[in-house]
Amino acid sequence: MLCPGRHKKEAGVDFWNTVRLAFRALARNKLRSSLTMLGIIIGVGAVIATVSIGQGAEYLVQQGIQSMGTNAVFISAGSSRPGGARLGSWAVKTLTIDDMNAILREVSLIREAAPAVISRVQVVYQNQNWNTTIQGTTPNFFGIRNWPVQAGSAFGDEEVDSAADVCVLGTTVAGYLFGTESAVGKQIRIGNLPFRVVGVLESKGQSVMGDDQDDRIFAPYTTVQRKISGITWIQFINASAISPEASNAAVPQITALLRERHHIHQGDDDDFFVRTQSEVADLAAQTQQVMTLLLGSIASVSLIVGGIGIMNIMLVSVTERTREIGVRMAVGATEADVQRQFLVEAVTLSMLGGAVGIIAGLGGSALISNFLSWPTLISAKAIVAAAIFSAAVGVFFGFYPARKAAQLDPIEALRYE
Amino acid sequence: MDQPSTATIATAAATTDGSPVIRLEAVHKTYDLGEIQVHALRGVTLQIRAREFVAVMGASGSGKSTLMNILGCLDRPTRGQYFLDGTDVSQRSKVELARIRNRKLGFVFQQFNLLARTSALENVELPTVYAGITPQEREHRAQEALERVGLADRAEHYPSQLSGGQQQRVAIARALVNRPAILLADEPTGNLDSRTAVEIMDILQRLNEEQGLTVVLVTHENDIAQYTERTLEFRDGKLRQDARVRNRLIAREVLPTLPSLDEEDAEDAASSA
Repeated sequence: MLCPGRHKKEAGVDFWNTVRLAFRALARNKLRSSLTMLGIIIGVGAVIATVSIGQGAEYLVQQGIQSMGTNAVFISAGSSRPGGARLGSWAVKTLTIDDMNAILREVSLIREAAPAVISRVQVVYQNQNWNTTIQGTTPNFFGIRNWPVQAGSAFGDEEVDSAADVCVLGTTVAGYLFGTESAVGKQIRIGNLPFRVVGVLESKGQSVMGDDQDDRIFAPYTTVQRKISGITWIQFINASAISPEASNAAVPQITALLRERHHIHQGDDDDFFVRTQSEVADLAAQTQQVMTLLLGSIASVSLIVGGIGIMNIMLVSVTERTREIGVRMAVGATEADVQRQFLVEAVTLSMLGGAVGIIAGLGGSALISNFLSWPTLISAKAIVAAAIFSAAVGVFFGFYPARKAAQLDPIEALRYE
Repeated sequence: MDQPSTATIATAAATTDGSPVIRLEAVHKTYDLGEIQVHALRGVTLQIRAREFVAVMGASGSGKSTLMNILGCLDRPTRGQYFLDGTDVSQRSKVELARIRNRKLGFVFQQFNLLARTSALENVELPTVYAGITPQEREHRAQEALERVGLADRAEHYPSQLSGGQQQRVAIARALVNRPAILLADEPTGNLDSRTAVEIMDILQRLNEEQGLTVVLVTHENDIAQYTERTLEFRDGKLRQDARVRNRLIAREVLPTLPSLDEEDAEDAASSA
């Protein structure tokens, strides 16, 4: 009998039947369904691809940072803060080798340090020449930077003391000057001076900032100071702390020491800048994350556009199937049944698009990493998020058309031509 | 079944056995169109007993469509009461009305209203989907209903592959599949040629007689009404005449006397020769 509440006990329309129905309805208009899905496919594909490219970039950055050594502390001449007519690190003359020795002596958290004096030079070997950077330093630099020599050897302390005309080449420079020929023991000309090549470094690849670290020549800092740049100060100090934690703790100590040594009054700006590798790492990672987020959100705009496409086609579908809705209602479908049917249809459409989009995104990032030799990291998180997001798009944009279908008057719907 | 109500006296067609499955008490339906109010039904009181075969007649605007919508629980009366199977359903919620349509009523339409690109069997299954029946049971019932209209061998055909008469038989099977108390047919023969119309009437008469199904049929054609037992004639929203059908036609007797259209064409050709 018609006692109210009876229907609560009943299973109602089973879910899988509704899904099957949705697939059938979508299969009836294959071209239309696939065009509608295209919006979601492109959206999800773009999100997956950009996120995996972004994460690949993050990975590159992390790699670069690790290759710098996680204990590294970097001291550069010049101010850290922008603004005003400040001088760059190249022009500030206050950082000296004595500062470095003072740091080594007085800051116990710092284990090692190497100076850097940098200059742009033209190098010549026979009929080959190349414009590159020469960096004057001490032999322990290669240890601090964890940068082994692949052929020959690094210069020694006595060559620093005597300001000898010896150098170690990065692989890029060696490649340009010598090709496949061995460089060790050869004589090259840097500026007007003849230098003997004593070693060639292992390849280090691109730096975090994107420049080629192998496009560089290393020589004793005394040689560069006196014979190439003609200066008495240094531009950078590459230091190494006793541990990654110590690197951050050393910063205030170094700052205090250098301010005292440079006679900087309280309230005045530093004329040097201390950074640790972990700071650089954080900064770089942050930059990368912002980039990834930005790209991802641009890509997700197309996901929303795809959702609007679904809404549009569902509205058309509801109008076209008004009579069907009327018949279903006449034979006992409740508003909830009709709403569920159309909602499931919209979600099926968007999730199907999402699935194809994930595959397209994976394929796209594989292509990119193949052709641009850029590492891409497929993150499971991005895939799960894309799947959930595409389902949410279906629910959100399918709701209104489904509601519209459910609220049709069965009498009107049955009469609809 | 419920106790027949003794309070209301059966109308002209009280000769059929069984209790009243439909009882209307002073049913009014008014459509509020803003400026004007349209009185589609102005106090209709009637009873239809179980196993009756009733024709609802009237011109357009007579209120017969509104009556069918109310009988079919697609619409609610503005005033008055509607007892279906002994229960007052005049002010039920939409969800409850959907349940009632699903369990108690079967609909047959003039336009057949089958779902295109859906097999006959699945069309027939449709009401069972909303009845929460297991898939196996659904198919079993649908097959059974198709057998009852003589279309068991067309189960996998699509509506587009069936003739008009066959489509209407599929629609009748769909109306029967949940074993309703009442079959409501709205101009079921309106889109069919005269011979096929009689075939459909034959099926309805058989279902009525052999299986005791109550049939309420809307028509404006007198010769179709002749196949029913009782006619309810509406005019201006009121029940004007409630009469038993005299000289009732029996479709299975009429059918052999009807030449098929092909034969008629052949005769025409012969006579003109």
